[in-house]
Amino acid sequence: MTQTAKITVDLFVTCVIDQLYPEVGVSVVKVLRRLGVSVGFPQDQTCCGQPVYNTGYHHEATKLARRVLEQFRDSEYVVVPSGSCAATLRVYYLELFAEDPKLLEEAKTLAAKTYEFSEFLVNVLNVEDAAAFGASHQGTATYHPSCHLLRELGVKSEPRKLLRSVPGLEEKELEGAEVCCGFGGTFSVKFPHISEGMVGDKIANVQASGAETLVSCDMSCLMNIGGALNRQGSNVKVRHLAQILDADSD
Amino acid sequence: MPEIKTKQFSAASVAAINDPKLRRALDRVASGFEVARLERIEEVTPDVWEVWKQEARDIKVHTLDHLDYYLDLLYTNVTAAGGHLHFAKDADQANEIVAHIARTRNVKVATKSKSMVSEELALNPVLEAIGVEVWETDLGEYIIQLAEETPSHLVAPALHKSKEDVAELFAEKLGIPYDEDIDHMAATARMVLRDKFMEADLGISGANFVVAETGTLVIFTNEGNGRLCTSAPRIHIGITGMEKVIPSLQDMAVFIRLLPRSATGQRITSYLSMITGPRRSDDEDGPEEFHLVLVDNGRSRMLADPALREALYCIRCGACLNICPVYQRIGGHAYGWVYPGPIGAVVTPNLIGLKQASKLPQASSLCGACREVCPVKIDIPRMLLDLRKKTAESPDKSERSAPIIERILAKLYVRLMSSPRTLAMAVTCGRFLQKVERIVPFSPLTKDGKWIKMAPLPPLSRWTRSRDLPTLPKQTFHEVWKKELSRDDS
Repeated sequence: MTQTAKITVDLFVTCVIDQLYPEVGVSVVKVLRRLGVSVGFPQDQTCCGQPVYNTGYHHEATKLARRVLEQFRDSEYVVVPSGSCAATLRVYYLELFAEDPKLLEEAKTLAAKTYEFSEFLVNVLNVEDAAAFGASHQGTATYHPSCHLLRELGVKSEPRKLLRSVPGLEEKELEGAEVCCGFGGTFSVKFPHISEGMVGDKIANVQASGAETLVSCDMSCLMNIGGALNRQGSNVKVRHLAQILDADSD
Repeated sequence: MPEIKTKQFSAASVAAINDPKLRRALDRVASGFEVARLERIEEVTPDVWEVWKQEARDIKVHTLDHLDYYLDLLYTNVTAAGGHLHFAKDADQANEIVAHIARTRNVKVATKSKSMVSEELALNPVLEAIGVEVWETDLGEYIIQLAEETPSHLVAPALHKSKEDVAELFAEKLGIPYDEDIDHMAATARMVLRDKFMEADLGISGANFVVAETGTLVIFTNEGNGRLCTSAPRIHIGITGMEKVIPSLQDMAVFIRLLPRSATGQRITSYLSMITGPRRSDDEDGPEEFHLVLVDNGRSRMLADPALREALYCIRCGACLNICPVYQRIGGHAYGWVYPGPIGAVVTPNLIGLKQASKLPQASSLCGACREVCPVKIDIPRMLLDLRKKTAESPDKSERSAPIIERILAKLYVRLMSSPRTLAMAVTCGRFLQKVERIVPFSPLTKDGKWIKMAPLPPLSRWTRSRDLPTLPKQTFHEVWKKELSRDDS
């Protein structure tokens, strides 16, 4: 399962997890360590810049992107527990630095060693079975494929593969799974009425699935879906995949 | 050009969302198309579908890269077939070309088959002003012409109307008894329009493609009205955008397969018409004159912009509308101009000006579903991002229109995120505020202090209208790392 030579990764934890969901970061670190990976955490990291990039402020986004390039310059691998932020590092930075040959080279180097969490587990560490590192989860769960993970990074089967291998977990089908939850960064506050409609459909499908837990690889989507579920008084829990894979997590 | 209501996007989209009838219509039709589209892809296999998409895109890339050459070739071959090719730089010029033909040929009645470009030009009122009776003959277009509305979908213009709406409309405008049987209503429209086809002096059509090598106009229709419009009257005028040219008839093969499957989920369109020139001397019927009007109206500006050129590859199938969760919520009219949905959010700012339509590229969650379904692989999200960039920071003031407060917030955010120390201080302040807010009367927090249920100020108050927002936890990941995780690496 794990390679013999010790793999070293640096964690880009993302600002959403850092500020709002530290327990997700903890689970990511624990799971990676159980898999024999050495995990580092560059202390100066904050945000990848996607919120400003997506709103059109590329000049501003460049300032944050340059920090990320610098902080992870010497990393062997960069693991990001978010499809959306990983897509920023891998896809959007190439657009952002398209006109600057030197930084574009750096961005390409970063892109080549950056992986979203589930993708890293399945495609780099060749993890097939979550039971092997002690994962177990009693109950039903369903999976929301976040848009950037699915369509910017093309990561589709990896999270499901991991989820299905968790002992005790019963997977439920989610209707309209690949439809956006309506978060979309600043979109959610620029057009709240449209965003609310979209998340309304999503939570209706989540509740209809009969699952006790909704799992995804992006906390920003789960913040949106979870916030809407909580307002409705629903007791469906939202969890990052890493929390499901981490036996110590609730 | 038709009335521009793009600035009212926010209000119009709120109204649309609160319209349950619209929601039902959108659910029914748009998702029906999408289900059928997916079935067709399964039939031909997704691998083959990908090959077709790439082939179609390659044709479009090549043609647009050599547009001057192919327009020249098209001119030669339309003329050689006995037709007339007119280039119009803008809507006024295009309308004047058509009006001039109508005036000088003493046209009294014109029948039209579906044409989005004629909507873009607002051609009908121009013709009506010179005394020409104009009849839309596509059933959906006929319905919205009677209702004095505009199309809400590229392929299904009356998608926003239920059968009950149409029955009411027919009863009111045609003076017939209310009857919501769809076949009966179609028969009524056919009866009314049949006379008009016979009376018409002029038939106007759009074009899905025009073939440079042969000077051929190609239209895909499902109702047969296109055939009557283009063959019964003594004059036929085709109107389309200059980007619709393709090199050869051979190139049509892939589009014949892609367009109906993408648009309506049909394996093949009911009527595929290929029209080359007017009637020949030995033909028994057909129009005496054939004109093709190719419209620029802002397209050369798009052609010149490397970031937006690929929007000209669009074959107007409407698949991106059908899949779009935003379009599915708000329908076509909220977009405020002729072209709705994801592709409309790119095309409209380019044709009427970005400042005027700056809301449209913002109204997307950038989920990327549109790019996934596009039969010519147009990267719509990337173009939306480019338009947002122009709105925020274009050196050209005619494009830059982002609100000052947004600019300030963007700068503040980056300032905050550029310094982990400042960020840590801000978090400490935030936690303190949360503590205070938990004990004040009418606390905006939930009892357990885990959620903000009512944020006091935008933008967060716009989030908490219908969603709770998690409060700051006791520790950031940075703090947990330092205390618990940093020395633990085995």
